[in-house]
Amino acid sequence: MSAVAVVSYASRIHPEGTADSEAGLVHSAVTEALARSGLARTDIGFTVSGSLDYLTGAPFSFVGALDALGAWPPISESHVEMDAAWALYEAWLRLRHDDVGAALVYGFGKATQGSLPEVLARQLDPYYLAPLGVDAVSLAALQARAVLDAGKADPAGLAAIAERAAGRCAARPRHAPEDAPPLPLLPGHTARPADGAAAVVLATEDTARRLAAEHGTAPVWIRGLDQRIDGHSPAARDLARCPSAERAAAGAGLAEAPVDLAELHTRHPHEEVLLREALGLGPEVPVNPSGGPLAADPVMATGLIRIGEAARRIAAGTARRAAAHAAQGPCLQHNLVAVLEGDAR
Amino acid sequence: MPSDPAGEGPAELAGTHTVRFPGGYTRSTGPVIGRFLTELRDGRLVGVRTAAGRVLFPPTEYDPGDGAPLPDPPEFTEVGPAGTVHTWCWVGAPRPGHPLDHPFAWAAVLLDGADTALLHALDLGPDAPADRPPARLRAGLRVRPRLRPEDERTGSITDIRCFRPEVTRITDDHRLDYTVRADAALTRYLEAQLHGRILGSRTRGGRVYVPLRDVDPVDGSPMAGEVELPGTGVLTTFSVNHVPDPRAPEVPFVTGYVRLDGADVDLLALISGVEPGKVHAGMRVRAEWLPPHERTRTRPSIRWFVPDRGTGAEGERR
Repeated sequence: MSAVAVVSYASRIHPEGTADSEAGLVHSAVTEALARSGLARTDIGFTVSGSLDYLTGAPFSFVGALDALGAWPPISESHVEMDAAWALYEAWLRLRHDDVGAALVYGFGKATQGSLPEVLARQLDPYYLAPLGVDAVSLAALQARAVLDAGKADPAGLAAIAERAAGRCAARPRHAPEDAPPLPLLPGHTARPADGAAAVVLATEDTARRLAAEHGTAPVWIRGLDQRIDGHSPAARDLARCPSAERAAAGAGLAEAPVDLAELHTRHPHEEVLLREALGLGPEVPVNPSGGPLAADPVMATGLIRIGEAARRIAAGTARRAAAHAAQGPCLQHNLVAVLEGDAR
Repeated sequence: MPSDPAGEGPAELAGTHTVRFPGGYTRSTGPVIGRFLTELRDGRLVGVRTAAGRVLFPPTEYDPGDGAPLPDPPEFTEVGPAGTVHTWCWVGAPRPGHPLDHPFAWAAVLLDGADTALLHALDLGPDAPADRPPARLRAGLRVRPRLRPEDERTGSITDIRCFRPEVTRITDDHRLDYTVRADAALTRYLEAQLHGRILGSRTRGGRVYVPLRDVDPVDGSPMAGEVELPGTGVLTTFSVNHVPDPRAPEVPFVTGYVRLDGADVDLLALISGVEPGKVHAGMRVRAEWLPPHERTRTRPSIRWFVPDRGTGAEGERR
């Protein structure tokens, strides 16, 4: 099986929303990612995307984004109704078959079009949870309480995490008056949904080496990638732990060497506390130098952006080994961990 | 890419649409969830036992720990109705889709006899504050479900309207009313206050008591005579009260001992005209009288004492 590298990444994020169409966002991000990779659209052997039709409220809306790709004559294409980090997982599996040299991964969403806490609640158990009307922010608040009660964080520590994210965001949107989440969450402790798209180009080792030689790109190797899931009902889990993230980190070989930074899919401060523990990240490891989802959360691209942002720093030489994490489902139910490395310099 | 075309070209178009399945979306329940919902409609809470012996509530067709199927046929067992709160969050501003329209908690409740918890709403009363959870809301709180009336139940998890705390205390709001007949000394003291005068008594040893009284409390000897005292004095000690009183319905309020100028004992009084945090012993105070038309023979006519800033002594004391 070939090693697989991230060869380029691009994102388009609109924290206040945009009138641009999904296809327009995808086109812009994909065009830039391809240009950075040195590949043409026709060089891509496999294309896979992640999105959520409920964000738009229209079935098969993900198909419309294909207009941005040049999908005729027909291309080899797939889609996951998940954060695009899981699309990257599928592309990584596909490239390991060694019959395709490069894959395009993209994720997109316009989360400002509806009420995201209620939209995400539609993914809940339809018998026991959805009829209650419990929303995604309330579920996150339950987990925050569990983290506090377990003594794993205190309110000042959570506030400091939120402050740090706000400090890394040049233009965090101002909070609307209705923006008071259930306690113990506080205003500013919930990622605000944004519109956006992100694209990543992956390549097998041969292709990545060739692109590096021809175009000067710096391949960022995916040394480990794993994804695990916990039981669905938040009430039936110990919310003060994240076992699936622990297993994903172990499966990705995260502990084999220290990392210089981590990009984590944390939509609330207490999730950083849980994930630092699950991933074994000590206080010396900077988390979310990009600002993270608390600074910008283009839903369905946010997890892929964690991988892209970590890879970007490695390609730029500011880090050699990094962890990237994506999550979905209520209370960090489903976790993906990638370990990325640059070539020794 | 052009991200903000505002100011050029036509105004941006925006429309709304709704996603809703006409008549609602039907789902089959299967035998396990169906049994649970049927029992719930009939007012019973049943869990199901896994092959390993754990009781799942609410039931699922598999063990969430390892995915093992339930024994065939599954064994249903009644749980609760009481349970214990495991974790919770406080919803100060309910959203439109929430089950209660006043502040409430979401809680994971482990019913007695069950090994997995149920997520549901927890009602701590219509007057629960929005900005903070009630103090008794803690992991470990004992709660019970509040079912909808029998004829409203349909076989839905919302047949449980919400959970409520178990009864652990009652409130006694009985009252007793008294009529107190004033003795001669008290009558004279209160009547003098109608005219803005404060009366005390001088003992044979020269000590001055206020209010007016008939005998010296030290030795029981008759008082030597009456003294009129000024409405000014010094606050000797005080307390800040957080329980409302009929005379001081707004909390916090301050009560204190005032040593009237010329008196040898303190008079208990309300202190006002100053923030509670700025009251200090040694403060000069003066009586603030009720306006004449509000005065009655049955109550003191001094409304309260306020800082006396007119004497000049106050500044020196600080």
